[in-house]
Amino acid sequence: MDELMLDGNAVGGLLLEVFAEDVTRAGSCCDACGATGQVGALRVHSNAPGVVFRCPRCDAVLLRLASDGKRVWLDLRGLRHLELPRAG
Amino acid sequence: MSFVSRGFKGRRRDDVPPERIPPGQHATRDFPVLSAGPTPHTPLSDWTFEITGEVAEPRRWTWEEFRALPSEELTTDIHCVTTWSKLDTVWEGVSVDTLLAEVETDAEYVTAFCDGGYTTNLPIEDVTDGKAWVAFAYDGEPLDPEHGGPVRLLVPHLYFWKSAKWVRGLRLTADDEPGFWETLGYHMRGDPWQEQRYWGD
Amino acid sequence: MAGAAVLGRLTWLVAEAVDVLTETPRTRTLVLDVPGWTGHRAGQHVDIRLTAEDGYQAQRSYSIASAPGDGRLDLTVERIEDGEVSPYLVDDLLPGDRFELRGPIGGYFVWEDEPGGPVLLLAGGSGIAPLMSMLRHRAATASEVPTRLLYSSRALGDVIYREELDRLAADGAGFEISLTLTRAQPPGWEGYERRIDDELLAEVAWPATERPLAFVCGPTTFVEVAASALSRLGYEPARIKTERFGPTGG
Repeated sequence: MDELMLDGNAVGGLLLEVFAEDVTRAGSCCDACGATGQVGALRVHSNAPGVVFRCPRCDAVLLRLASDGKRVWLDLRGLRHLELPRAG
Repeated sequence: MSFVSRGFKGRRRDDVPPERIPPGQHATRDFPVLSAGPTPHTPLSDWTFEITGEVAEPRRWTWEEFRALPSEELTTDIHCVTTWSKLDTVWEGVSVDTLLAEVETDAEYVTAFCDGGYTTNLPIEDVTDGKAWVAFAYDGEPLDPEHGGPVRLLVPHLYFWKSAKWVRGLRLTADDEPGFWETLGYHMRGDPWQEQRYWGD
Repeated sequence: MAGAAVLGRLTWLVAEAVDVLTETPRTRTLVLDVPGWTGHRAGQHVDIRLTAEDGYQAQRSYSIASAPGDGRLDLTVERIEDGEVSPYLVDDLLPGDRFELRGPIGGYFVWEDEPGGPVLLLAGGSGIAPLMSMLRHRAATASEVPTRLLYSSRALGDVIYREELDRLAADGAGFEISLTLTRAQPPGWEGYERRIDDELLAEVAWPATERPLAFVCGPTTFVEVAASALSRLGYEPARIKTERFGPTGG
């Protein structure tokens, strides 16, 4: 078991740099196995050149984030969808 | 420049010759563990190393066959794109030249592929002529799983994300195919002395 | 740059330490004044950023230990051996010192007295910090939701907020504590003496039939063991909220 692993909630600050709202409670759906849950509950590996969010059920990569301080790269291919509350 | 906190220094080594530290790096005494996913644990009885792709004939070694190959010990500095550098690290491994000698290829690029799905791409000149190894020991001991054991690729002249952990083979390719981090902003080559960290550097 | 907007809603603010309180030999609470702070919900955390004179930066996350609406922002930090940031915060930082901070972060690991089942709080070491914010909030709002805390520490002297926890339990408002001391116990100790396991949890945790809401916080290994044990006890996965601190507890 990987001691360095965190929850999606732990990188909430980084996520707030990219998304307009707190997405730690957004619904996520894994494209590989269909598991649903909240982004805050995803397994996060952040001791890396970027941040990798994995499915708690099947370990598939759902989301990846990397930044050079001026640009943020976001890969959402592993998500079948994100469900965000609608503002207003 | 950001706000400076009185008295904060971090834990960097300041006793190293500056010419050994590439731009933007600092020396560390630890060996930080970086990972994009859980540590794989493939039993050695199932483990193989392959060279595939643009080759006349693919080649595969079992663990015993791999360990029977000539190997060498080397001491080298390593540089991680997350800014730490570690000097005088000691490794033992099989030179990639030894492995590539067993295949015929005109390919100009390789993609290292690994347990857990990680990949990284390199020009073939960066893994030949004594520049790269498939390493099975660090600091005199079998390579720890958290540091990539049983074997990892070792390409110390490039940023350490190219030294793929848990490597299971090299796929030779005609084109430079971006790997796991190279598809997400990281430089296709990654030379620390030219500070090639990200796209456009 | 502190104060300048970054992409998104959070900006880096400047936090000044107004007081530093020793909690245990390894932990200290930093009482902060943060101009521009907009408040938080119980369980949220902040990111802090330290910059050295040569521009080197380190960033870490810490849970907010104070209650919402307290008018203060408390962070409780544990010194990690050979750590880069925690020794500075626990040993070197003085009142008047400042660093950058952004938050509040993390709507996922939050307790706000929702209607529903009883609450189970599982804390490993410094993982008690966000749970303390929840307990302080519970007391401040005179909530009576039945709440149990199981707190795992190495020894009695490492139990953070011990007196305050005892006081909250003694207040008789439906809050109970169980302690487990995993390395050393005082003479006559009648509490638990081992790391959390299925059997211990079965004795302490609310039955799954009551649809409890569980918050688990501490080192990643602790959280893995505790959360999977709750799963085996029948707790609904969506009602087990975890906050892993990583290998060293934060």
